[in-house]
Amino acid sequence: MSSGSAIETFELRKVYGESKVAVEGLTLQVGHGEVFGFLGPNGAGKTTSIKMMLDLVRPTSGSGLLLGMPINDPRSRRGVGFLPEHFRFHEWMRADEFLDLHGQLYGMSRSDRIARIPALLDQMGLADSSYKRLSAFSKGMLQRIGLAMALLPRPKLVFLDEPTSGLDPFGRMLVRDVIRTARSEGTTIFINSHLLSEVEVTCDRVAFIRQGRVVRAGIIQELSAGLTRVKIRLDKIPNGLIADLTRWGDEVRQYNEREVVLSLSDEERLADLNRWLVGQGLRVYALTPQQLSLEELFVRIMGQTGQPEGDAA
Amino acid sequence: MNSSLHQVFVMTRLTFREARRRRLLWLGFGLGAAFIALFTIGFYFSFQDIQRQAAYRGGDFLISQYSSSLLLAGMYVVSFLIIMVTVLTSVATLSSEIDTNAIHAIAAKPIRRWEIVLGKWIGHAIMLSLYTLFLTLGLIIPTYLISGYLPPNLIPALLILILESLTMLSLTLLGSALFSTLANGVLVFMIYGLAFVGGWVEQIGAILRSQTARDLGIASSLLMPSEALWRYAASLLQVDSWMSVSPWSIVSQPTPAFLIYSILYTTALLGAAMRAFGQRDL
Repeated sequence: MSSGSAIETFELRKVYGESKVAVEGLTLQVGHGEVFGFLGPNGAGKTTSIKMMLDLVRPTSGSGLLLGMPINDPRSRRGVGFLPEHFRFHEWMRADEFLDLHGQLYGMSRSDRIARIPALLDQMGLADSSYKRLSAFSKGMLQRIGLAMALLPRPKLVFLDEPTSGLDPFGRMLVRDVIRTARSEGTTIFINSHLLSEVEVTCDRVAFIRQGRVVRAGIIQELSAGLTRVKIRLDKIPNGLIADLTRWGDEVRQYNEREVVLSLSDEERLADLNRWLVGQGLRVYALTPQQLSLEELFVRIMGQTGQPEGDAA
Repeated sequence: MNSSLHQVFVMTRLTFREARRRRLLWLGFGLGAAFIALFTIGFYFSFQDIQRQAAYRGGDFLISQYSSSLLLAGMYVVSFLIIMVTVLTSVATLSSEIDTNAIHAIAAKPIRRWEIVLGKWIGHAIMLSLYTLFLTLGLIIPTYLISGYLPPNLIPALLILILESLTMLSLTLLGSALFSTLANGVLVFMIYGLAFVGGWVEQIGAILRSQTARDLGIASSLLMPSEALWRYAASLLQVDSWMSVSPWSIVSQPTPAFLIYSILYTTALLGAAMRAFGQRDL
C-alpha cells in the first residue's frame, strides 16, 4: 500500500458479534487536499468506516493508512481533526477550557494554544461565549465548538461526520466557509453528510457506500455522465406517447400538458429522439438536457429499493 | 515531556478538574466533614463520662482503651465512606463517556487508550488518597486533642486504607471499561458485599475455631481484598488488650503476604482495565 494519499483503506471489514456485518470491505483512496463526500443510506456503514479509520472501532480485518501511517498507530492522528456525529462533550467545561484540553491532547504548545483558541472562537462566531460553560450552549453552538475542536491543530486531514446537523442556514453557511478556507489551506476534508445539497456544493469527489462497500466513486459530473435528463416541450402530448417514450429511457414523467421529462442513458441519442418525435407528427419546441442533482444521482445509484446500479469502483 | 507521560498527565488533570467542577469531590468532603463533626461531638461528651469513671478506677489505661475502641468504631465508618466515595466517583468514569459518545472526541486524538485509563486512575487515586488522609486525620486529631490518645502504627494503617480504596478503584474502573454505569455499580457493590459478609464469616470462624468458615472468608478476601485490608489496618490501630474487645475488634487478621497480594490484585485489575478499554469498540 502506498502512502501518496491522505486516506487509504484496503478491504476494511467490521463484523459485530457472530454475523452482523457493518462494513463489508471498504477500499478507498482520498488524495491530499481533496474535499471528499462519503454518501450512503442510513446503516450503510459510513460512521463505522470513519470510526475504523480513527481507531475508535477495531476492524475485523483489512488495513488502512492516515497521512501515510497505519490507522492503529496514534501518531497517525496527530494531524487529524474529527467532528463526531451525535457527540456530547464535557459540558461542565467552558468553551476556552474545552479547546485548551483538546489542544493539549494534540500536543500543542501553550503559546500556540493561547494564540489559536481565541482566533478559532472568533472564526466560529463564539468569541462572546468563550467563558460560557458548554452546558449553556445551544445545539448549533455545540456544533460550532466541535468544528473549532476539529480545526484546532491546523490539521492536514479533517473528518466531519454530519457537520451541518442541527445548524440553521447561517450555521450551514459558516460550515461551507470553514470548509472553503480549510481547502484553500490544503487540508483534506472527509465529509459524511445526509445533506446532499451541501456535499454537492462543497465536495470535489464523492463515494457512494452501501453495506460497507463503495459502489461508485468519482467526481460528481463524471458519475452523472451518461445519466442525462431531458425536458421535452411539445405542441401536445398524444395518448400513448408516454408509453412509447419508455423505449428511449426510463423514468418518463409527464411534467404538464405540454412537457415531458425523460432520463436518457446516453446524451448522444438526443438527435435521434428529436427525429423520432418529429416523425410522430409532433412539433418539438424544446429539448433541454439537464444535469442530475446529487440527490437524483444518489437515488439512481442506490436504487429506489436500495439496490445499487453499478459495481464497486 | 515524554509523549505518553504528557497524555497521562492531561487525563489526570481532566479527572481532577471534572471531580472538582462537578462537585462530586466536594460532596464527599462535605459528608466526611459532617461525619467528623458528629464523631468529635460524640467523642467529647462520652469522654467526659469516661474521664469521671477513670478518676475512680482504671485511670489512663481505661482512657486509652476507651479512646481506642471508639476511634476504631469511627475508623470503621471511615473505611465504609472511602469505599462508597471510591465507587460513586469512579463508577461512570469510562462508561458514561462511552454512553454519551464524549469519549470519541478524546480517543480520536493522538492518545493511546491505556493512557486514558491510566490518567483517570491516577487522578482518582490522588483524590481518594487525599480523602482517606482527610477522614483519618479528621478522627485522629480530635481524639488526640480531647483524650491525648494516639493510636499505634498510624502511617502503615493509613497506607493500607489507601490501598483498600485503590483495590476498589481498579475493580470499578475495570467494570466501567466493560459494562454500563448501572451494571458496573450493581456488580461492584455485590462483590464488595460478598467480601464484607466474607470478612464477618472469617471473624466468626476464628472465634468459633471453624476452619471452613475461615476458608470461606479468605476466599472472599481473595476475590475482593478491601474488607480484609480494613481488618489489617484496624489490627494495626487497635490496642492489644482483652478490654479493647468490641464489634470492630479484629480477631482474624491477614498476613503481610496478603498486602503483596492486594498490591498485585490492584495492579492486575488496572492492567485488565487498560486492556479491556483498549480492545473495545467505542
